[in-house]
Amino acid sequence: MISKKTKFWGYRRENGRVGVRNHVIILPVDDLSNAACEAVAHNIKGTLAIPHPYGRLQFGADLDLHFRTLIGTGSNPNVAAVVVIGIEGGWTQKVVDGIAKTGKPVVGFGIEGHGDHETIKRASAAAKKFLQAASEIHRVECPISDLWISTKCGESDTTSGCGANPTVGNAFDKLYPLKTTLLFGETSEITGGEKLLEARCRSPKVWKDFMAMFDRYQAMIERHKTSDLSDSQPTKGNIAGGLTTIEEKALGNIQKIGRKCIIDGVLDKAEAPTSPGLWFMDSSSAAAEMVTLCAAAGYAVHFFPTGQGNVIGNPILPVIKICANPKTVRLMSEHVDVDTSGLLRREMTMDDAGDALLDCMLRTANGRLTAAEALGHREFVLTRLYESA
Amino acid sequence: MIHFVVHEKGDGVGVVVVEGCAKGSKAVGWIMDPDSTVRVELKNDIPIGHKVALKDFKVGETVIKYGVDIGKVVAPIKKGEHLHVHNVKTKRW
Repeated sequence: MISKKTKFWGYRRENGRVGVRNHVIILPVDDLSNAACEAVAHNIKGTLAIPHPYGRLQFGADLDLHFRTLIGTGSNPNVAAVVVIGIEGGWTQKVVDGIAKTGKPVVGFGIEGHGDHETIKRASAAAKKFLQAASEIHRVECPISDLWISTKCGESDTTSGCGANPTVGNAFDKLYPLKTTLLFGETSEITGGEKLLEARCRSPKVWKDFMAMFDRYQAMIERHKTSDLSDSQPTKGNIAGGLTTIEEKALGNIQKIGRKCIIDGVLDKAEAPTSPGLWFMDSSSAAAEMVTLCAAAGYAVHFFPTGQGNVIGNPILPVIKICANPKTVRLMSEHVDVDTSGLLRREMTMDDAGDALLDCMLRTANGRLTAAEALGHREFVLTRLYESA
Repeated sequence: MIHFVVHEKGDGVGVVVVEGCAKGSKAVGWIMDPDSTVRVELKNDIPIGHKVALKDFKVGETVIKYGVDIGKVVAPIKKGEHLHVHNVKTKRW
């Protein structure tokens, strides 16, 4: 299905990274600036506002993560240009400066001293110029090694572990030798399977780094829990789908990294990898939080296996849904990009399923919209580490 | 026709992969690794995605799936019965 000679049509950005979409985004620094951003996106058709509820009075590591996520989102190669709007100029400029390091067009506007009307007017003029310039950027042929692919599963059930997740694993095993850049995460959803990862780590140091993240996350859960988490992890949806314990869910989750590819390193939340290979990102297991962090880390395509039928998308990262549950495929077909339910009827081999996903990946990279894109799913959820000051 | 899937030989549970698996029916299971077949008579209706016990379990026993520990038995389970949150709990948290 794919080899080192496989190519796709992408947008090569100023910093050399390759995107598969060409978005001009209107990015608020904070909750207060959502209205202005949405007004600009309404004025300039074809731009995309990415509203969110945070960005005020955060501090320390939580604030660092906020900036890293916003700057990472703007820097993602699926984004051609960015208009940043914040309530004041200081933090707005910090986000602009971070994105500007990619070399892409970016400009910021502070609302204070101008008001919404004047800000919307000036930001709309900038957005129009950016959009028209972006519309003249053409796709170019790129080697498969330029593609960055992340994965996270959601609304999993037992069919995820025997069908949809190993499909991703099969595709990852085929992508890894081609020097692509891969990512998985969901720190809490390794619980019960963590020892299996030791044999998959590149070196004892990678294993030690992973376990430090794993133990920190476990300690956080122990500190805050009021029960055995049986209503949260597994979720009500997981349990309805037949998953009984976090251990069972985690063992299904781990199927996504296949059987051969090696974990080359670990990343903090929204941190970009520095070389090709498979990376583990310390992250929440909540779908939109994790996918938002993948986008902020620079990933261009996302594999999202589901059992019960998670409907998630992302504003800038195409999310490809894979499902092996025949009931979900029947009841929620509009959300499914790759149907691998044949696996459970023994009508499809795992190799066939992996190839079907890779075929969908290449078509998506070349421009085909995913189900989530066509349905308008643009979930953008910032991870918070603690309360605001 | 396959009614349930077992990840590995030695696992104590199978995953029902078709709708309408009813009490009393003789279900056929596919053991994925190594490729083989197993049969069990269902003692409960088991929804798609839910697990069937492939052996009798006593309280305190460990349930194995994927060849790995997925939790502890908290109520006795007979071969062919529905195995889920009412009789198995996590060992973590």
